[in-house]
Amino acid sequence: MTLCLLVICLVCSGLLAGVYALTKAPIEVASENKTTAAISKVLPSFSRVDKDLKIEVKGKGFTYYRAFDDNAALVGYAIESRSVGFGGALKVMVGITADGIIYNTSVLSQSETPGLGAKCTEAVFADQFKNVDPAQKKLAVKKDQGDFDAITASTITSRAYLKALETAVEVFQEIKAEGQPEQATAEAGQQETKVNEEE
Amino acid sequence: MNKFKLITKGLIKENPTFVLLLGMCPTLATTTSAINGMSMGLATLFVLVLSNMAISAIAPYVPDKVRIPAYIVVIATFVTVLEFLMKAYTPAIYETLGLFIPLIVVNCIVLGRAEAFANKNSVIDSACDGLGIGLGFTMSLTILGMVRELLGAGSFFGMKILPEQGNILVFVLAPGAFMVLGYLIVLFRKITAKKGE
Amino acid sequence: MEYILIIISAIFVNNILLSQFMGICPFLGVSNKLSTAAGMSGAVCFVITLSTTVTYLLQQYVLAPLGIEFMQTISFILVIAGLVQMVEIILKKISPSLYSALGIFLPLITTNCAVLGVALTVVQKEFSFGGAEPHMLNLGESVVYAFATSVGFGLAMILFAGLREQLSLNNVPKSFKGIPIALITASILAMAFMGFSGLV
Repeated sequence: MTLCLLVICLVCSGLLAGVYALTKAPIEVASENKTTAAISKVLPSFSRVDKDLKIEVKGKGFTYYRAFDDNAALVGYAIESRSVGFGGALKVMVGITADGIIYNTSVLSQSETPGLGAKCTEAVFADQFKNVDPAQKKLAVKKDQGDFDAITASTITSRAYLKALETAVEVFQEIKAEGQPEQATAEAGQQETKVNEEE
Repeated sequence: MNKFKLITKGLIKENPTFVLLLGMCPTLATTTSAINGMSMGLATLFVLVLSNMAISAIAPYVPDKVRIPAYIVVIATFVTVLEFLMKAYTPAIYETLGLFIPLIVVNCIVLGRAEAFANKNSVIDSACDGLGIGLGFTMSLTILGMVRELLGAGSFFGMKILPEQGNILVFVLAPGAFMVLGYLIVLFRKITAKKGE
Repeated sequence: MEYILIIISAIFVNNILLSQFMGICPFLGVSNKLSTAAGMSGAVCFVITLSTTVTYLLQQYVLAPLGIEFMQTISFILVIAGLVQMVEIILKKISPSLYSALGIFLPLITTNCAVLGVALTVVQKEFSFGGAEPHMLNLGESVVYAFATSVGFGLAMILFAGLREQLSLNNVPKSFKGIPIALITASILAMAFMGFSGLV
């Protein structure tokens, strides 16, 4: 009886370990593709990117990506920003070009109400944030004397979205303050080749 | 019983959702749109066919006392395999269905079929049974998803066909799930009762 | 403070039955009578809290260090099944009266997706309460969350059973008898619980 259960458990674990080993690479590629797609959406065209850079702002850690064009000049940063919406965490990838303009945004994950807050992923709302200069416009909904339309009946989600943008701008300023390279360095270049090898 | 009958009985006569009322959790939770409902149905179908086959193959060698734990291990294995495959090749669908993929393990339909059918029938018959019940489940989930999507978001498989003003949002939210399922069961009963007369 | 937010969120805002749809089988199956519903809720409460504690520790100290998270689903369900059996045996020995009250529900709980659902949620999902930074729960928070969730389960279950007891005295059209009318009642109850959303 025990033996039978043991055999079944062993066979099943073996099978699982095998499938895990086989699908590990495709799973990594899939999640990589998702991040890459989000970065390409929120920044102008670039040729390579420094991945998974970390920075701390006001005690919170953030991940960001630094993109360079063909001439190794800095295109901008894609910052994984977050805030709390109506249904939980709202994660937004915010692309900010080297001169501090928000180029575009993309929702990475959200748990807002379907049909209400979940509309923050739709173009009607999200396209407001294309090419926005945070120095010129106030990152708040019109109800809060800002410059942006809220989603109908989802003010909390809209505010959370703008909060995420605001946080991203803070992160960007922190990155600038730390003095990031305008040109890709030799070290970063090595990182690039390494990334390519992995791919 | 012939193979064809084994497959078709799951669609109407032993429809897992509308008649047997099994597997209610994913039925209610994942049918916010037709596509989501269908994906969940197909995921369950995959597990159902494979676990039915494996269980009917090992059933003669498993002592009665450890039957249930043994079956659960087999089912959990296939569910995890499915989880990896979906993560690797259909990450978007995996993300929408989320927690309800691992929860297929405790879907009463899967264990129910193992107990009621697979452990006393041949591998081929069990596969057919799994396919039939799985198809019935997929069909019901797709219908439920279609109705909720149409009423709640005004679209059909993701295509907008009704204007925004006509959307009754509550149907894609939790209460709508209970309500649509309730009325669909009534409808199903009416139709099958008429056929019976 | 955070514990209070977790409790309110798990009981009312994200009620496991009425907004997360986990554990619907017993919700529809054993809610005909108030007393059985209460018994089931008690048993579920016990098992969810206990199993989440064990699976959380299993994840933290066995699966994660060994890098075998792919065994998560399979090991969790085995732990739950084993735990349910154990609880059954211990209850039988220690408190026969409690056993006779909860006993018949215990075997059903293994396949209650609320139990596995909560165990998986606390190790997979990031939570954020009251505008705080999203984070993974620690052991204390997980146990509180699990307990509060099962209280939410009990609350919805008992409310629903009360409604169904009243409902059984009424004359319902033939095709609506049984589950359909119960589902429509549940729908209205879910609508009421939607009023809590946004509270935390």
